Amino acid sequence: MYEISLLTVMSFSVIFALSLNLITGFCGQISLGHAAFYGIGAYSAALFTTDGGSFWLALPLAMAVAGFFGFIVGFASLRVRHDFLAITTMGVGFLFTGFVRQQDFLGGEEGIAGIPDPGIGQIPYMLLCAALAAAVIAFSLYLKRSWMGHAFDAIATDEDTARTLGIDVARYKLTAFVFGTALAGLAGALFAHYVKFVEVESFDFIESISVLAMVIVGGIGSVWGVVVAAAFLSVLPLLLQVFADFKLLIYGVLLFSVMYFAPGGIDSLMRMLWRRISGRRTAG
Amino acid sequence: MDALLSITGVSVRFGGVNALADVGFDVPQGALLGLIGPNGAGKTTMMRAVTGMVRPQAGSILLDGAEISRLPTHRRVRLGLGLSQQIVRPFAGMTAAENVALAAGYAKTADPLRALATASRDAERERARTLLDLVGIADAADALPAELPLGYLKRVEVARALALDPKVLLLDEPLAGLNTGEAARLADTVVDLNRQGTTVVLIEHNLSEVMRVCRHLVVLDNGRKIGDGDPAVVMADPAVRDAYLGAAKEGSGKAGHAAA
Repeated sequence: MYEISLLTVMSFSVIFALSLNLITGFCGQISLGHAAFYGIGAYSAALFTTDGGSFWLALPLAMAVAGFFGFIVGFASLRVRHDFLAITTMGVGFLFTGFVRQQDFLGGEEGIAGIPDPGIGQIPYMLLCAALAAAVIAFSLYLKRSWMGHAFDAIATDEDTARTLGIDVARYKLTAFVFGTALAGLAGALFAHYVKFVEVESFDFIESISVLAMVIVGGIGSVWGVVVAAAFLSVLPLLLQVFADFKLLIYGVLLFSVMYFAPGGIDSLMRMLWRRISGRRTAG
Repeated sequence: MDALLSITGVSVRFGGVNALADVGFDVPQGALLGLIGPNGAGKTTMMRAVTGMVRPQAGSILLDGAEISRLPTHRRVRLGLGLSQQIVRPFAGMTAAENVALAAGYAKTADPLRALATASRDAERERARTLLDLVGIADAADALPAELPLGYLKRVEVARALALDPKVLLLDEPLAGLNTGEAARLADTVVDLNRQGTTVVLIEHNLSEVMRVCRHLVVLDNGRKIGDGDPAVVMADPAVRDAYLGAAKEGSGKAGHAAA
């Protein structure tokens, strides 16, 4: 059924977008290569299950492998900041696609086909993805309220001052990268077992920009804003052929308009709307 | 008295410039020490060397007997340094109380995973309010930094440093930019804190307040130490008067007055 497909796509896209929101939104570390970790999760899960491994083990495995590489890339964030980090992570994205294209065991240009079905049926798979998305939403909301969120907030604002308050900036950044990339790996594994075919184009620079667009349009650091943006932007190409044809153009216009007119994204627009409504109510 | 903070032979070079050349002094337990000197004397560089924002090429810094000169800033802070910077740097998205509460939660933020395991901020918010009250700005607790004047932000900065329960409180020009009344009030607060047991190093340009509150002065000029001791004695030294007052003519009247 069509609606089931949409909800499945929505669910793992929400996980993917929230995974980047953790790194870029909460901890303030820009990444232009986040699709690489989505890809690492997808490829490791695909290799594992096509080799006879259990789908249920593939999920934590994908998280572990993506998180491991995220830990390594996280070290880059300790050396470089802001625009230099953007370029470095962009390089990581290109390194991933360049590497995968050359490797026979990853299917090279052809990718990996015939990924086995998780064998639980379409609706339960959708429910599984939705439950995991709900869990990631709950985790994000909790993290934001926790002392880790408080420290991330300080690091995102001014990491030098955070240090003067005794915060070990390096360990917090690495933690953000590990958590964020592991969740991207989970989203990748869910994606791979939904389409049952992975190829390197699904994890290229455009995909990295698309997920960053979801975070920016939703409102950097806002959990619900990013959820709405990811849910909406991920299924639009499936609903409207026009959107699929002009995806990059529409993303470009969307990014430009958000940055120009509403830098706080959907989150700040909703808040503004809410203030208007509640203001009118108290006035009336 | 034992030295709580003991600095020996600290040298910092930026390119070919000697910002600090073989400077050393002791901060005794319970002291209220004024670190003064004309512009460019190396006061802030010394402060940054102590906190680890600048790596000295030579020298030793002992805090409570432990060598800290090769530790990263956050480790030094956890060993007992509290820092209020010259240019206020509040976290813009947090209210004054949240800024202070973040520092007050230092035990919870020591480890990322432990930080994730706990969400309650009640105790820290309470402590933040107490400290903001102590520095005289309890009314600003729920305001965002952008809504507060400089005099308030300076005190948020001091409250935030105090929230770390530091053994040594380093204050870099906390009075700069404040009017006379505000400066005197904040200086009095510093004296109170010192009486309650906090060791304080005060870097200040406001000589009249320094002479009023400090019981010990260290004078830097051109990256060298030229005075160390009782304020009245130090300020009477011709070398200090020459370097210090020669460089800042307008301060001479005040200094002479206060020292007298």
